[in-house]
Amino acid sequence: MDTAVTAKKKWWAGGYSPFNVSYGKLMMWYFLMSDAFTFGALLIAYGTIRFSSPSWPDPNEVFKSFPGMGHAELPLMFVSLMTFILIMSSVTMVLAVHAGHMRDRKAVAKWLLLTIIGGFAFLSCQAWEWTHLFHEGAWWGRNPFVNADGTQASTNFTNFFFTITGFHGLHVTSGVILNIVILANVLKGTYDQRGHYEMVEKVGLYWHFVDLVWVFVFTCFYLL
Amino acid sequence: MSNEATLHSQQEVMHGAHDHHDHEHHHEDSFISKYVFSMDHKMIAKQFLITGIVWAIIGAFFSVLFRLQLGFPDATFPWLESILGHWAKGGRITAEAYYALVTMHGTILVFFVLTAGLSGTFSNLLIPLQVGARDMASPFMNCLSYWFFFLASLVMMASLFVQTGPASGGWTMYPPLSALGDASIGSKIGVDLWLTSMALFVVSQLLGGLNYISTILNMRTKGMAMTKMPLTIWSFFFTAILGVLSFPVLLSGFILLLMDRHAGTSFYLSDIFIAGKALANEGGSAILYQHLFWFLGHPEVYIIILPAMGMVSEVLAVSSRKPIFGYLAMIGSLFAICILAFLVWAHHMFVTGLNPFLGAFFVLLTLLIAVPSAIKVFNWITTIWKGNINFTPASLFSIGFVSTFISGGLTGIWLGNSSIDIHLHDTMFVIAHFHIVMGVSAFFGMFAGIYHWFPKLYGRFMNSTIGYIHFWVTMVGAYLIFWPMHYEGMAGMPRRYYDVSNWASFKQFGGLNEFITIVVILVFAVQLLFVFNFFYSIFKGRKMTTLNPWNATSLEWTTPIHAGHGNWPGEIPEVYRWAYDYSKDGRDFIPQTEPIGPNEEVH
Repeated sequence: MDTAVTAKKKWWAGGYSPFNVSYGKLMMWYFLMSDAFTFGALLIAYGTIRFSSPSWPDPNEVFKSFPGMGHAELPLMFVSLMTFILIMSSVTMVLAVHAGHMRDRKAVAKWLLLTIIGGFAFLSCQAWEWTHLFHEGAWWGRNPFVNADGTQASTNFTNFFFTITGFHGLHVTSGVILNIVILANVLKGTYDQRGHYEMVEKVGLYWHFVDLVWVFVFTCFYLL
Repeated sequence: MSNEATLHSQQEVMHGAHDHHDHEHHHEDSFISKYVFSMDHKMIAKQFLITGIVWAIIGAFFSVLFRLQLGFPDATFPWLESILGHWAKGGRITAEAYYALVTMHGTILVFFVLTAGLSGTFSNLLIPLQVGARDMASPFMNCLSYWFFFLASLVMMASLFVQTGPASGGWTMYPPLSALGDASIGSKIGVDLWLTSMALFVVSQLLGGLNYISTILNMRTKGMAMTKMPLTIWSFFFTAILGVLSFPVLLSGFILLLMDRHAGTSFYLSDIFIAGKALANEGGSAILYQHLFWFLGHPEVYIIILPAMGMVSEVLAVSSRKPIFGYLAMIGSLFAICILAFLVWAHHMFVTGLNPFLGAFFVLLTLLIAVPSAIKVFNWITTIWKGNINFTPASLFSIGFVSTFISGGLTGIWLGNSSIDIHLHDTMFVIAHFHIVMGVSAFFGMFAGIYHWFPKLYGRFMNSTIGYIHFWVTMVGAYLIFWPMHYEGMAGMPRRYYDVSNWASFKQFGGLNEFITIVVILVFAVQLLFVFNFFYSIFKGRKMTTLNPWNATSLEWTTPIHAGHGNWPGEIPEVYRWAYDYSKDGRDFIPQTEPIGPNEEVH
């Protein structure tokens, strides 16, 4: 082995983390890759079935309600609001992580709290949308909507919609729970004692990932 | 945060635990924390190994039972009725029981024995010891990984005892058979338990895999560059990556299957009649499940075989007293296999309705795997070539591995061709191919690992005489069992059939089938001998008196014989050279911990 001292640190030579990250962050990144494959598989399955179907319901016809607006037709307005809320919660998460770098406990708590509120707001919107669709007769195995070309649709439109948005909602729910746990630790001062706010970064990674997945889910179910 | 802080904050706990101890005594003394919910990677390795052994006995016994049916379709065995009850009325296994046995044999051996039992055991044992770490990156997650596996085992075990029997649609659990409870008796709650168990298993694999990857990347001791690691670690690394990226896809497939079973969806179902009645399901695709399944299913065979390859590389180098031949080529071929593993899954589906045009690409990619596989095989042979080989049971099993990997791999080239597959698919030829190349080979790698690292696990040796008997009977027996199946398969004899004696064209194999069954029973008996040897040696085996019984270079042999939690009583040793300095500069071996001499050439 070349043992000559060089100015450059040998990151891969052992004794260091080659990416200069803790094992926890590394695990989170690999977990997110793994989870990306879970969602990837579900979305590709959706695409496969959709492309092999002769026709498919038009999302503009399905998702056109808004709470409190009665029968006014507002295609994709509500889901746009949901998406906006989720993306804003990502912004507040960025600010929480940033405040963590500054070791500003109060700011971390504030931004984390706003992120949690954003998460709850998104989940509430999803709950409203699911309830609304349920009352229109849509559920797993039941599809009241007709295809864009007017023919009878198979149930796979609703099957995939509820399964994949449900699976995403589950991820958001666990994200909110994680955020609450971390917020409790922040308020207790755990991370000040520890000397760093890395846990906030880790849940931040997860939160951004869930947000990114929503962008794909949103595109595949509402826009295409 | 500085790199030193991130790297060492996790180890502080470990160091702290040892500060007030003068020798390798353990700070955890309660039975529960030492033997049950242990966070010591060495104990978790033992837990995985022994659970795997229990499963292996069950899974192998199932194969004895269904081989009885295949070998002696007209005979009755009254003792079968006493253990299987109405599943073997009159002493003959019923068709339903036969399908259940075949299904569970596959599930148990592929997942519970050769995935959890093999990679779970040796990744846990060897990664921290060979990279020079106190423990896994997260000992707690490691503990969870075992207990999720244990839960999965419990659920799978429970499914064997439900009234309608365990899942019986084949270990691949293809819909529609698995999606419709009314399709067969084995499609009822057995499948739900199977899916639940497998979901828990995926969680266990994920927790374990994340740990293996981050331990290998982050926790190598000073000087342990990636290219100084033993090949075992490289193989565990790629195995973990395969698992982390392919198991989630299986999970997605299972979620959709569970929905089809219970939520009235039609992801995999379309145009189906059951008992003359048309089902409402429409628009789904059974092929979709196969894609999702085999996207895991194919990497899965590499998840099984890569750890065996790594251990065989290590054992062959140690026992032939020569450096491994083509170290970098070995890593490169592991990497190539890892990439190709994700690009060949549809070769399992050539005749299930896959577009033949698409099949052509999968033929090409499949045959490409022969290249890295051949590189590895030639490197193993060149490693032992003109070596001063110690024929320990471990090295015999390693050589046996190379033999079975070649003979099973060659038939893979046949099956990888979609046109030949039209004739050979779903025949005994396929059974012969994959049992030799991944079943027997992986078991040989596992046996090599157990015999070689048993002293590290228990501080004692296994009995070599029983080891030699175990090897030779298993080696000869494996070929006697599976070699004739090639001929049966080429003659068209289908796999999974309950009774082939009704066909004139397969009746000719009656005698051969009897012969195979008798050898199966013999080989099974010898495996029980191995199990006896294993447990006997834990308590009564010859004691280890030196730290490094095989004169190996790698780090695990620098720890005390009964290493406590934390592995090294003092500082973690620093590493200066690769793990394969055997017969160098007139010396038999040079440990990794020895600094490079002033005039020494680096490998």
